[in-house]
Amino acid sequence: MAKYVLKRLMMAVLVLFGVVTIVFIIMRAFSSDPAASVLGQHATAESMAAWRASYGLDKPLWEQYVSYLAGLLHGDLGYSYYDHTSVAGQIMGRFPATIELAVCAILIAGVFGIALGVAAAVHKRSFWDYFSTVVSLVGVSMPVFWLGILLIILFAGSLHVLPSTGRIDPMLQPVGGTGFYLLDTLLSGDFEAFGNALAHMILPSVTLAMYSLAIICRMTRSSMLDTLDEDYVRTARAKGVRRRRVQTHHALRNAMLPVTTVIGLELGSLLGGAMLTETIFAWPGIGKLAVDAIQQSDYPVVQGVVLLIGVIYVLMNIVVDVVYAYLDPRITYTKEEG
Amino acid sequence: MVMAQALGIGARHRAPGRLGMMGRQIWDALRDDKPALVGLAFIILLVAIAVVTAIWPGVLPYDPYEQDLAQSFQPPSPAHWFGTDQQGRDILCRILVGTQISLSVAAVVVVVSLAAGVLLGAIAGFKGGAVDTVIMRVMDMMLAIPSMLLAIALMAALGTGIDKAVIAISIVAIPQYARIVRGQVLSVKEREYISAARVAGDTDATIIFKHVLPNVMPSIIVRATLGVSSAILDTASLGFLGLGVQPPAAEWGDMLGSGRNFIFTAPYSLVFPGLAITVTVLAFNLLGDAIRDAFDPKSRKR
Amino acid sequence: MALLEVQDLVTEFPTRAGVVRAVNGVTFSVDEGEILAVVGESGSGKSVTALSIMGLLQDPGHIAHGSITFDGRELSALSDREMEEVRGNQIGMIFQEPMTSLNPVYRVGDQIVEAILTHEKIGKKEAWERAVEMLRVVGIPSPEERAHDFPHQMSGGMRQRVMIAMALVCRPKLLIADEPTTALDVTIQAQILDLIYRLRDAYHMAVLLITHDLGVVSEVADRAVVMYCGRTVEEAPVAELFMHPHHPYTTGLLQSIPRLEDDSSERLYAIEGTVPDPLEVGEGCPFANRCAYAADRCRSELPALSPVPGEGHRSIRCFYPLEVH
Repeated sequence: MAKYVLKRLMMAVLVLFGVVTIVFIIMRAFSSDPAASVLGQHATAESMAAWRASYGLDKPLWEQYVSYLAGLLHGDLGYSYYDHTSVAGQIMGRFPATIELAVCAILIAGVFGIALGVAAAVHKRSFWDYFSTVVSLVGVSMPVFWLGILLIILFAGSLHVLPSTGRIDPMLQPVGGTGFYLLDTLLSGDFEAFGNALAHMILPSVTLAMYSLAIICRMTRSSMLDTLDEDYVRTARAKGVRRRRVQTHHALRNAMLPVTTVIGLELGSLLGGAMLTETIFAWPGIGKLAVDAIQQSDYPVVQGVVLLIGVIYVLMNIVVDVVYAYLDPRITYTKEEG
Repeated sequence: MVMAQALGIGARHRAPGRLGMMGRQIWDALRDDKPALVGLAFIILLVAIAVVTAIWPGVLPYDPYEQDLAQSFQPPSPAHWFGTDQQGRDILCRILVGTQISLSVAAVVVVVSLAAGVLLGAIAGFKGGAVDTVIMRVMDMMLAIPSMLLAIALMAALGTGIDKAVIAISIVAIPQYARIVRGQVLSVKEREYISAARVAGDTDATIIFKHVLPNVMPSIIVRATLGVSSAILDTASLGFLGLGVQPPAAEWGDMLGSGRNFIFTAPYSLVFPGLAITVTVLAFNLLGDAIRDAFDPKSRKR
Repeated sequence: MALLEVQDLVTEFPTRAGVVRAVNGVTFSVDEGEILAVVGESGSGKSVTALSIMGLLQDPGHIAHGSITFDGRELSALSDREMEEVRGNQIGMIFQEPMTSLNPVYRVGDQIVEAILTHEKIGKKEAWERAVEMLRVVGIPSPEERAHDFPHQMSGGMRQRVMIAMALVCRPKLLIADEPTTALDVTIQAQILDLIYRLRDAYHMAVLLITHDLGVVSEVADRAVVMYCGRTVEEAPVAELFMHPHHPYTTGLLQSIPRLEDDSSERLYAIEGTVPDPLEVGEGCPFANRCAYAADRCRSELPALSPVPGEGHRSIRCFYPLEVH
């Protein structure tokens, strides 16, 4: 297994190298000259040239590429065109917010998606079955930002029960710590702050979760319908195993195999979807960072964020395969067994 | 189940030259599928709206582009069913005109990405070796970046504009088609009638068009229908981020993006454009699901 | 008294096209320690009969009529809970497909342990030892190690042995074996049949053997019930059934068995025609349209299952039985 993971990691490095290259080409070769948009319309040709030189943009493209790669090896993602701060530093500062949001979203999507999918499969043609069909259809058809807007209109605008922007009331913001506010406030025992952070989390995480929830629900339902039809489920019933236990220990246990894959991949794409969600809820994560950077033509920042999400996505793929192998004994990655 | 599977396989590897039968197969499946029929009817309605408003703009009671600040933010009323936006433009009219952009962008995106994807996938599958490796590795790398993110990155570099949005969304969709086509090409390639065609002196291109494409058509049609949905959603997302159309063009996502600052004062200006996106995407999804079921009965969800 | 008595069982499956009576008046009984074979072509309702007894009918299938008495209790009247107590504990069942009948994600030992712990309050370790012991009984070599195997690491024959171990670990009084050898190689078939035969003697259990294979019937069964279109058409001790079949359908079945001594140039006998659509079974004898001896009466009236004149231990559903003196 270790050997397999190592092999996958080496493959991943190749893929990531490709991702770096693609993103570099898009950002440097396709894009227009950032000097004008950064320095403004009244900049002189000289000042623009000087600015370009300070970022090494006057060098040939391949040289820029090599030095970018060299920087990456040291964890250097370049510098913002605007305030010349380190891109890696900016991203690290914003990353916990996005992780926290994505983890909450995948939890919501996983728990409710699986529960709804199972209920639908077990009680075919019941209310839950139709409900799950509607949820999975509408969930994938609805733009995330519209869902976010609707939730804000309803819960923040009309009912005034939940906050619509930010991660926490600035007065309650924890100092230092991990950057995960839910964790920090909980660890410090500040329950008022924890409740506040949780309230801020609800709308964004539900918004971000909805698409994945729909996909997971649909996958669980169809996978569960397949496994409920399997011979081994009948065997378990023939042993006298209780219906509920057959559903959970036999049907669901096997149905979880494909669902696991979906959940893992969804966690990867959640980060991509976080851009829109974070924009709506003014959530200070890397998605918002990237969107703001795009509007300012701050390419190094965009490049850094895209790269980071690409890395996570590729790594999630490996994690999914490893978890899958753990869940399904039929899969062996070494030749010793079977 | 076994029989359904046999049918599914039969449908997939249908002998070439039976496009008519394929249409028949789709129609047979649709006929009994009420949600899909509703979806299809709605799509036809949307196309009609787009065509009519493009050819004869006078049919609309208000000019969807002309500003009238005196009329800004009128809540829904008999005069303005969906209200007016901050520029005093009738939201219903802008939504109706917006079908033009959503549908045409989606159509162009699907055609472009499909053509490029089919070409790349067919070449990769057929040539094999280094060509295959290079093409498919690049596709894998593109798939390694969440598609929305890749599209946004492309837009960031290309700059805003609906033409650039079309390019970005098309590029992002290519790998999906390339993968499907390559996979099917590989499985079809070794079949007997292909070898026979080769002996008969057909060129690769002829074989691709005569034998491979008809075989991959079912998967492609399904993917393309669902591709319309994602194209519409992606266009709207870019529009929402302000990366799509330029003012005063009417595009659903852009309407949401520019109305965002008035979320508490004029919520109606945000509800209806989003509803238009959702219902349109839903219609294409219903249709796509039904078509998939038609070609692969095994996927039908009892 | 018989251990299992099935009386005039009717099992229905409502479908869009109409109600399908997969089992339409089946009557038979199994005595303690007896091996009763239920024989019929596919679609004759024999598997549905077995599932009806076990209470494992798939929705929307249900027992519409008739009674199933096991050990003096009416099974069709039991609650889900009570039926769960019976299944695996008093009646064990094995199936046709050993390849798919075991759960791929659990070790075979654990699957047997689950059967034990469902019905008995003993420790996990003790249950594991019982499972290993049971694997030894069914002839799995080095069972201590194989108990840790996953199903995919075993051959079809081995998996069927595991299934038997699992079905019998709680010492049921009745084993229902639904086509237990159909999916296996010929040599393995004989081994599995031999195993069932031996275990019947060792455990004094009865066996309800469902099969389409008359060869299997002749090898192990004491008595046989022949089914056609969801109905019992003939019931007799196996030796007598093979020597003197009375029902034209049974005769047809027997003639279609390939025999080694047959001249290979001669075509294998096959019964003319096909099994009628379950939705289009008419008034009369369901076999009438394929029967060489059918008279007008056969087509308009259903014969009752009744004792054969002069042979009270045999019964038959036919107006004009063959070879009856």
